[in-house]
Amino acid sequence: MAVLSIAVGAKQLTLVEVWHGLTSPTSPEHAVVQQMRLPRTLLGLLAGAALGVAGALMQALTRNPLADPGLLGINAGASAAVATSTALLGVATVRGWIWFALLGAVVVTVAVHAVGGGRQATPQRLALAGAALNAVLYSYVSAVMLLDAAALDRLRFWTVGSLVNADFTTVATVAPFILAGLLVGLAGARPLNALALGDDAARALGARPTLIRAGTVTAVTLLCGAATAACGPIVFVGLLVPHLVRALTGPDLRWLLPYAAVLAPVLLLGADVLGRVLGRPGELQVGLVTAVLGGPLFLRLVARR
Amino acid sequence: MTEDSRLGGVGLTLAYERRVVARDLSVAVPDRSFTVVIGPNACGKSTLLRALARTLRPTAGTVLLDGRDIHSLRSREVARTLGLLPQSSVAPEGITVADLVARGRYPHQGLLRQWSTQDEQVVTASMAATGVGELAHRPVDELSGGQRQRVWIAMALAQQTSLLLLDEPTTYLDVAHQIEVLDLCARLHEEQGRTLVAVLHDLHHAARYATHLIAMRDGRVVAQGDPREVVTAALVEEVFGLPCRIVEDPETGTPLVVPRARRGRQSGPVAAG
Repeated sequence: MAVLSIAVGAKQLTLVEVWHGLTSPTSPEHAVVQQMRLPRTLLGLLAGAALGVAGALMQALTRNPLADPGLLGINAGASAAVATSTALLGVATVRGWIWFALLGAVVVTVAVHAVGGGRQATPQRLALAGAALNAVLYSYVSAVMLLDAAALDRLRFWTVGSLVNADFTTVATVAPFILAGLLVGLAGARPLNALALGDDAARALGARPTLIRAGTVTAVTLLCGAATAACGPIVFVGLLVPHLVRALTGPDLRWLLPYAAVLAPVLLLGADVLGRVLGRPGELQVGLVTAVLGGPLFLRLVARR
Repeated sequence: MTEDSRLGGVGLTLAYERRVVARDLSVAVPDRSFTVVIGPNACGKSTLLRALARTLRPTAGTVLLDGRDIHSLRSREVARTLGLLPQSSVAPEGITVADLVARGRYPHQGLLRQWSTQDEQVVTASMAATGVGELAHRPVDELSGGQRQRVWIAMALAQQTSLLLLDEPTTYLDVAHQIEVLDLCARLHEEQGRTLVAVLHDLHHAARYATHLIAMRDGRVVAQGDPREVVTAALVEEVFGLPCRIVEDPETGTPLVVPRARRGRQSGPVAAG
């Protein structure tokens, strides 16, 4: 029931959003809603769910409440790969970007794990390695943008995280990856619950840590790669939503993951709508809004602990 | 392995990466015993326990559970027969006692077999058996060390295994809580007929609670058997390098190890300096 009510909440937000989009008479209005608002909303739902669930999975996997696909450099990896493909190969569509984004996400996931100590990886070392790679990769993305005017043009909104590129092609391109990632992630809820008790305890319960890790990393890569290819790096959603949800559900991932999948899109669409209202007559990119709102919120969470 | 043993190892070589901890080690855990493994630090006792619990794969040799190679069995099957309380467990932040204990039901559940009233009953009974029933809805973070250890034992009990391995269950506890946990183990052994294997540091506790003692040094089993026969001054000297006298524990009649005093300390304190 709670899930349902939140889902309805999301719908209402989209209604508000649709309503804000209506500035012209009936028929063009229809076109605006059909061609722009609807795919944009769908993409927001998909990307939001992807980021929220990916964040919750990362936090469970690393047993680190600060873990987040953003902090661990996965989104940065996807971004760097997309920027490279745009500047060097002239790729300009989501259909092309998604493969590079997935590749970038995989490479950085492996790299962070290797730099973070491989088998002896601790949550702290992973976070440090991720933060370092994050910084390097984003400087790289900025450098590519500054050196290549055409790439800058194509990726200007994308680099801060935006739903502005949304059309049905984008939605159709990323939807299978995100849905697959969500399925794999949700299937991992119970095993991850066991893994949360420590590797030995998980094995004693009959769970298989290596298999669980591999599955979870696959899910996170799919979710982050697809979300980043479509919207660029949107920060704080993956970090913040699991914290908010945990306050409601406790640490049980069988509840936490579905709630995150529902609440994160609400937050993302909310931020997107806010960005459009605040930024009139243009708009503020949703990635900027989540950063501006998420930063202080997160500081509050940290201070409360 | 003897016939009345369900768990044991034959010709085990145990190693972490390339560091060999034990070579050609064979042990048998007598069925329905409270077996305690003792030995100095780094003698391989925890490693042996991990191998018996299937969390460490031996480089050579076989761990046998009910006569079959434990690594040929399915993880879930093993987890329904043999439980482990590891040294390093993590309680997820904010988890309640009842939720943590419920996670012990993992091997009894599946995608198609979700939470049942039987699970609920087992969890309640496990909490009652360890005396944490009243704490059911408290967050584990807020509990004392002794309470927390009892919660972990309750989780292992909820796994409903006839064999339960405990890796240093009393470490980090003050003496009253150590006795509390060991009394609980003894009760589980006597009243519920479970086979327990515990790694302990304290020789006195080992001699007092064990029905079967395994003494290890440098990856070898030095002696094993009834603690009343095994614990001698010569053995303690051999295993721990500690000169001592053995007296009778006035409470239980079990051997009590009293370390020899340093020369000059026998007649009174030595002047500082």
